[in-house]
Amino acid sequence: MLRHLGQRLLTTIPTLVGVVVVTFLLTRILPGDPAAFFAGPTADPAAVEQIRVTLGLDKSLPEQFVAYVGDLLVGDLGVALSTGQPVVAEIAARLPASAELTLFGLILSVAVAVPLGILAAVRQGSWIDHLCRLLTTAGVSLPVFFTGLLFVYVFYFLLGVAPAPLGRIDLFASPPPHVTGFYLIDSLIAGDLETFRASFAQLILPGITLALFALAPIARMTRASMLSVLSSEFIRTARASGLAPGTVIVRYAFRNAMLPVITTLGMVFSFLLGANVLVEKVFAWPGIGSFAVEALIQSDYAPVQGFVLTMAILYVLLNLLIDLLYGLIDPRMRIEG
Amino acid sequence: MNRREFLASAAAVTTATALPLPWSVAFAQSRSETLLFVSENGPNNLDIHGVGTNRPGYEASWNCYDRLMSYGVKTLPDGSLSYDKDTLVPEMATEWTVAADAITFKLRQDAVFHDGTPVTAHDVKWSFDRAVTVGGFPTFQMKAGSLMEPGQFEVVDDFTFKVKILRPDSLLMPDLAVIVPAIFNSKLVKANATEADPWGLEYTKNTPAGSGAFKVEKWTPGTEVVYVRNEDWKCGPLPQLKKVIWRTIPSAGNRRALIERGDVDLSFDLPAKDVLEMAKAGKVKVASTPISNGMWSVELNVTQPPFDNKLVRQAIAYALPYGKIMDAVMYGRAKPLYGAASNVADSMEWPRPTAYTTDVEKAKALLAEAGYADGFETVISFDLGQALISEPTAVLVQESLAAIGIRSTINKVPGANWRGEIAKKTMPFMINFFSGWLDYPEYFFFWCYHGQNAVFNTMSYQNPDLDAIIDAARAAAAAGDTATYETKIKEMITLGYEEVPRIPLFQPSLEVAMQPTIDGYTYWFHRQLDYRGLKKA
Repeated sequence: MLRHLGQRLLTTIPTLVGVVVVTFLLTRILPGDPAAFFAGPTADPAAVEQIRVTLGLDKSLPEQFVAYVGDLLVGDLGVALSTGQPVVAEIAARLPASAELTLFGLILSVAVAVPLGILAAVRQGSWIDHLCRLLTTAGVSLPVFFTGLLFVYVFYFLLGVAPAPLGRIDLFASPPPHVTGFYLIDSLIAGDLETFRASFAQLILPGITLALFALAPIARMTRASMLSVLSSEFIRTARASGLAPGTVIVRYAFRNAMLPVITTLGMVFSFLLGANVLVEKVFAWPGIGSFAVEALIQSDYAPVQGFVLTMAILYVLLNLLIDLLYGLIDPRMRIEG
Repeated sequence: MNRREFLASAAAVTTATALPLPWSVAFAQSRSETLLFVSENGPNNLDIHGVGTNRPGYEASWNCYDRLMSYGVKTLPDGSLSYDKDTLVPEMATEWTVAADAITFKLRQDAVFHDGTPVTAHDVKWSFDRAVTVGGFPTFQMKAGSLMEPGQFEVVDDFTFKVKILRPDSLLMPDLAVIVPAIFNSKLVKANATEADPWGLEYTKNTPAGSGAFKVEKWTPGTEVVYVRNEDWKCGPLPQLKKVIWRTIPSAGNRRALIERGDVDLSFDLPAKDVLEMAKAGKVKVASTPISNGMWSVELNVTQPPFDNKLVRQAIAYALPYGKIMDAVMYGRAKPLYGAASNVADSMEWPRPTAYTTDVEKAKALLAEAGYADGFETVISFDLGQALISEPTAVLVQESLAAIGIRSTINKVPGANWRGEIAKKTMPFMINFFSGWLDYPEYFFFWCYHGQNAVFNTMSYQNPDLDAIIDAARAAAAAGDTATYETKIKEMITLGYEEVPRIPLFQPSLEVAMQPTIDGYTYWFHRQLDYRGLKKA
């Protein structure tokens, strides 16, 4: 098992090297001129040139690349001009915000989509199957920024039941002491239920927005996968042997139907991190996605490179995790792996 | 889950979200002394001397530092408050004497920096040396007032400071009251400077080292800035607000929802459409001030035919859909800069309207006279960073150019590239905005029309006659010769408007929405918020 893990980790190194090279080149191909942008509204060409030198942008591409890789090796991702802070610090501060939101959305979505998918497969053609179809269609066809704005309008502006969309926590509450960076967990560790409630209230609307988006693929995949398993011979045998319907569905059918669902979950997680950008914008969520987009608009190279690199590492780890999960769920995968 | 269970759980979720909000009562007390306001962007640097400090960063600098002088505040005809460009008032300096070769400032003797160190003339000298040395924007802005080298700044004694005059320049005094010549705590910054960073820019980026009315308590880049009042502030009356929280809310819709729901006190720099609707609804107060020395205009690159032909430029000036732009883009919330009786300037009003109006027949006739009866092709460029205004304007302009036979395509330039693109001076037809901090027409013309061909002379317009008039106006202002100055300014505007390399469209306004409980909002030349005069009932 450990050896398998080690081998898998080794194969990720070329991927990461590739990501470093490609992001470096891609950001340099961007047509923007960061020096001109950051020189401010009244700068003359000399001032722009001066900033170019300060930023090291006057050097040749290979020179810039060597400097970049050198910094990278000592864990320095550069400074984000758009916020003025080191990229490492920014990412460390913002990644938990994005991760908390994404995971919350994903859990919410799995909690609804998997039972819905199973029920839709078991009772094909019933009202619950139609409900599943309706929800998934709505989920794919409504863009997240639209549902996000709609939720804010209805639940905050009109009804006043949701808190103001001002980010992770209400203005007059202070964030819990930093342990994991996840406010929900940190506030529980600190035993501060008030903060837990405040940050949970902030999470609900963006969480539901993301969940709705993720609902469709998970529910569809669960339904399809369950349908194919339910029609297979071992289920017929199990039923013929007189096993309780619950046992047949949960223990035999669902466990076998889970593999494609797990794969979809991995994909959905990556979708969600992308969709996050828009949700973060709408809810003023101080996450990593809105930070990267802001940087991209301003041709701010360092954060974009840092963002892509972080995401690449995340995906690599995520894929590893899914591979390991396969082995746990289905012993056949372990032998083949 | 059956239907009943599902409905029960759905009801449970709804009740959970509808729980009473815990903060509404508990914080009512602190809220009355705290200003909570929102804007689209936050600062990237708390020091205006920093590399690439953005506009919100200017605001932090303005409120955390003091300058020798500031501008007075006047009441505009509509009852709103604005800075007064003609009055300089004491800030760190209590008095000053202007001689032919130098200005001598007497400093306040009781002022201290946020860490308790007394403010002396040595700090002023060090700060001014820094501004003219670090390069980039601060150095450039100092130069606009002929403040160019450390040798100009002299410490006479601990509380007397002298600025030597290199050349007569009427902009020198006004330039000393803008954001850049702020007074830094030189001991503190020097202690935190490094060999690679002798002026301590890295330190002041995150930690204001000033003596100003507000201190930064907490700054989370991209999210919020929290200020607390400096109880020891000596340079003016103690502000009423004890705390100011500035939140960055990227979505315009949410900023509007927040102010209309009453959850925030003030929303800064709003789109015209929102302001119009909010003003109608009447739930919040709206302050709208024309941006001084600023205008949106159509700019024609005169190095590229056919725009080298004055008749073509005038034809376009008669073809532009001014009224439509005012209605559909600005919702009427801007000052029209067209349709005057004549292009001949008869007063010192600036920005003033041109004599052009939408007159398709006249435009066609002029175009025919210029030899382009069948029109021509061109590309309209604009800055996507200001797309809210520039994009619909470009579409309207494209449509009306088609009416006189000019076929055009639209080139959208991303915000980050715009400055680089205008510096190249290759775009033939631009829709652009410019405003100057120092509110003098010759300042505008010096950057936007003068043959020195600065970045903002996007038209690459070079006319020795106009240059001579601009230079004469600056010289007359420096010499204090009002009569010549006024004549030259009028000549300057008349010639610029007749030649129309730049076709003025409108003067936009800075729009701010606030709760009825907020008072004392003042418009400043830097177009950022000054917290010092704000009051909350």
